[in-house]
Amino acid sequence: MSIQTKDVEHVAKLARLHLTDDEREMFTEQLNAILQYAEKLNELNTDDIAPTTHVLHLSNVMREDEVKESLPPEMVFRNAPDEEDGQFKVPAVLE
Amino acid sequence: MALFDLRLQEIHNRLHNKELSVSDLVGEAFAKIREYDGKIGAYLTLNEEGARAEASRLDAKLAQGEARGLLFGLPVGVKDNMVTEGLLTTCGSQFLKNYDPIYDATVVTKLKEAEAVTIGKLNMDEFAMGGSNENSSFHPVRNPWDVNRVPGGSSGGSAAAVAAGEAFFTLGSDTGGSIRQPASYCGVVGLKPTYGRVSRFGLVAFASSLDQIGPITKNVEDAAYVLQAIAGHDPKDSTSANVDVPDYLSALTGDIAGLRIAVPKEYLDGVDPQVKASVMEALRVLEGLGAVWEEVSLPHTEYAVAAYYLLASSEASSNLSRFDGVRYGVRADHAGSLLDLYYDSRSQGFGPEVKRRIMLGTYALSSGYYDAYYLKAQKVRTLIKQDFDQTFANYDVIIGPTAPTTAFPLGSQVDDPLTMYLNDILTIPVSLAGVPAVSVPCGFAKGLPVGLQIIGKPFDENTILRVAHAFEASTDHHKQRPAL
Amino acid sequence: MSTSKYETVVGLEVHVELHTKTKIFCGCSTEFGAPPNTHTCPVCLGHPGVLPVLNRQAVDYAMKAAMALNCEIGDVSKFDRKNYFYPDSPKAYQISQYDQPIGLNGYIDIEVDGKTKRIGITRLHLEEDAGKLTHVDGGYASLVDFNRVGTPLVEIVSEPDISSPEEARAYLEKLRAIMLYCDVSDVKMEEGSMRCDANISLRPHGQKELGTRAELKNMNSFRGVVRGLEYEQFRQAEILDEGGEVVQETRRWDETQGKTFSMRGKEEAHDYRYFPDPDLVTLHIDQAWKDRIRASIPELPDARKARYTSEYGLPEYDAGVITSSKALADLFESSLAYTKDAKAVSNWIMGDLLGYLNSNSLELSDVKLTGQGLGEMIGLLEKGTISSKIAKTVFKEMLQSGKLPQQIVEEQGLVQISDEGAILAIVQEVVANNPASVEDYKAGKEKAIGFLVGQVMKQSKGKANPGLVNKLLVDVLKG
Repeated sequence: MSIQTKDVEHVAKLARLHLTDDEREMFTEQLNAILQYAEKLNELNTDDIAPTTHVLHLSNVMREDEVKESLPPEMVFRNAPDEEDGQFKVPAVLE
Repeated sequence: MALFDLRLQEIHNRLHNKELSVSDLVGEAFAKIREYDGKIGAYLTLNEEGARAEASRLDAKLAQGEARGLLFGLPVGVKDNMVTEGLLTTCGSQFLKNYDPIYDATVVTKLKEAEAVTIGKLNMDEFAMGGSNENSSFHPVRNPWDVNRVPGGSSGGSAAAVAAGEAFFTLGSDTGGSIRQPASYCGVVGLKPTYGRVSRFGLVAFASSLDQIGPITKNVEDAAYVLQAIAGHDPKDSTSANVDVPDYLSALTGDIAGLRIAVPKEYLDGVDPQVKASVMEALRVLEGLGAVWEEVSLPHTEYAVAAYYLLASSEASSNLSRFDGVRYGVRADHAGSLLDLYYDSRSQGFGPEVKRRIMLGTYALSSGYYDAYYLKAQKVRTLIKQDFDQTFANYDVIIGPTAPTTAFPLGSQVDDPLTMYLNDILTIPVSLAGVPAVSVPCGFAKGLPVGLQIIGKPFDENTILRVAHAFEASTDHHKQRPAL
Repeated sequence: MSTSKYETVVGLEVHVELHTKTKIFCGCSTEFGAPPNTHTCPVCLGHPGVLPVLNRQAVDYAMKAAMALNCEIGDVSKFDRKNYFYPDSPKAYQISQYDQPIGLNGYIDIEVDGKTKRIGITRLHLEEDAGKLTHVDGGYASLVDFNRVGTPLVEIVSEPDISSPEEARAYLEKLRAIMLYCDVSDVKMEEGSMRCDANISLRPHGQKELGTRAELKNMNSFRGVVRGLEYEQFRQAEILDEGGEVVQETRRWDETQGKTFSMRGKEEAHDYRYFPDPDLVTLHIDQAWKDRIRASIPELPDARKARYTSEYGLPEYDAGVITSSKALADLFESSLAYTKDAKAVSNWIMGDLLGYLNSNSLELSDVKLTGQGLGEMIGLLEKGTISSKIAKTVFKEMLQSGKLPQQIVEEQGLVQISDEGAILAIVQEVVANNPASVEDYKAGKEKAIGFLVGQVMKQSKGKANPGLVNKLLVDVLKG
């Protein structure tokens, strides 16, 4: 599997990243090198192997349905780039 | 003996005996920072005012005989990916250069409960992605043993600060080797606990299934001492293990007679001959203490780096999506539309290594490739974990070098990500298996420190600390200080 | 325009908010209507370093809902991340369930035109809700309120078994009733605690493969769903009639214009990159847990309906109407503690009660009628204490004040006069004062008696026992 410039563009779009022409070229080359290296994994037959998501076999970790105090507004908006009427402001969602 | 060379327990005792004040300790730390950090660059943010005020408060408690915390009065530096309420937390990224956290990480709360004094936030590779600290988007960290060389990464600031005496101990985080490898390069002790041993709540996530916080210290006893304060179940972290925390200091008996050591042949293949020589010498020391070692095989070692980069990058691509410029962080100027805001904020806020991993991870998870990359890597992870399970059925610890080489020159690998990734080949399998490991100084090669990696069974930090401590007691490597 | 040429195929995706006290992954309150962003914390704001911890009650509710929809509950369930950027999604991923949902392979039975039809339920999964966006500055900016983010939702996906807008409505009504019976949600479409998206396609009768479907969004009421589907049926039929092709796309229902509009351009091709959330651990649902939840499920509408027809002899239709709402059915049953006449209770509910609610656009919870009131009123009627005419007055009063009938009757002096002597006196007076009508009656115009009865009732202010009035009038006139 070799990754093309258009794949890199598609992935950048999914990740909401603008790439310069240089970056696009560099990433295409580097991702290809990394993915080529990853081809190594296909030397292993993993048909009967279960995937590992967690190394610990924890299950059913839950909390009780008890209300905890929420944050005061000065904390909620301490880092907000733009705020209006107690809400976070962003440019229009619709384009 | 210099104040800095005292063990944390000794300092603790001297505080209680009123031979020392907390202000003395904090003053000493800032004096060293002023003296060396211009050269080293270990810190990103200093908490001098806050730390001095806290020192006065603690000294008053001390005078009243109310010093109770386990780490009472000890100055600590915290890697800048653990959030500290009211103290900037940047993750080494332009994106978060002004981020003023609204809560404390659980480990930070524990440090406060233990009455340690946070003196500052430590430099790191951006979002903990890197093995040289050259990916910090502020400035690189330099190795105190040779300022033209890297300190390792991503906890480069945490390791260099301890090596340079700029902190009495520090916290780092380890995803694929980020505590152990810089500890090795900087000639200090770095402990990555078992996954789930220390809460991740408030650790800015890189790869959630691998990230783990641990101490970086001057000696093994200090590592055990600090681990005692930060370990334990946290109801705020669903992946935190609900298992008892033993007394780590009491494990340091010095007795390793009969200990069974496995030495994977894969961990010695291709490593620098001088590194290998140091490790072989270390094994002889351990033999002298009554341990026995045998060569074993962990056959899936060679697949670990590939599996790791797919898994860690996949998780990272999702974890870093929240940095969108809406609620915090840097928002690009003049974004006319929402899409511009996303694209511009993220493209300007992230450095090349972060973008590279987001790209790799996004690709590995994307439609049509999930099975070939992500799922495949998860299955290989199972095989790697089995290697460890099988070895631990017959051996108490696994030992090898922490890194294949000593610290390399700044700028020598930046253009070749794959080579850089392969530096982690000896630490990554341990991370994938989720088991604990400690790196201890085991010699020098051309004047640069070499680290010995001691790997243990899940939740058996006691044994690796006991072995490391016994080894350290028989050697002088940890007592060497860089000439700054 | 000839929809009859085509068969309509509809599948619905319904989101139901679970009414837990706190959010699914943090302890913030889920209370509706608080000032913006006052129910938020680092976790639900998606700050760096935060981790989710699952609310046990949300899982219990989801299991309860799934069981009530006849789903199989897996032994293992897990959470996955659905990745997409949107300002109402703070982490830029939604924690949802991909391949191991809480419930699979369920169904519900609906009734349309007196026929029962089974609609398959593909799956029910648990996930977190998003925040709320408001557009400002003439549409150039949006404000984000994260109070709602993290409210637990179940998404219920039906099989494409629905063949008409009316069936869609019946399905939604049934689903809503079941959720209310289970007491897991308020299920109010108007407040957004129940939301519905629809996939709709047409195909010529007899064709096996499905036609190209459109996904409809923004239908905010049952009526909106029906109208949206009707419109879409019409639109797609027109395209097909002209030999065109339906485009697979998402379309927004516009309530005021009564049309659907393509959302093309606003939705790029999605690639959600689902993967297991490494911050959460697996759910292992053992038999004891399943048993505990199953035991908490009350008798559901279908079972109640069957019991009402067999046990109380209610007509199918009446039993169906009453059990369609848990509140109505509960009222019906609580009345039966005070009267044995189930049929009478049913008649009052079907007639006066629903008539009143419908004509005033009210819900049962808006009126104060109690089961005790209704039961006791029927008792008073049986005993003849009140007439059916008085009963209507009492009933209205009960709706408004919630007082018991005895009290209303006493306060307003509404007791029926059944004293023969008292009535006879009025009858004699009326006969004496209305000679013309008396003459008419005697001349064989039997209808004239109606006027005389009316006069007696009027003089008694409606309290005279109508049966006695009739009997005494006839006696007097014939005597």
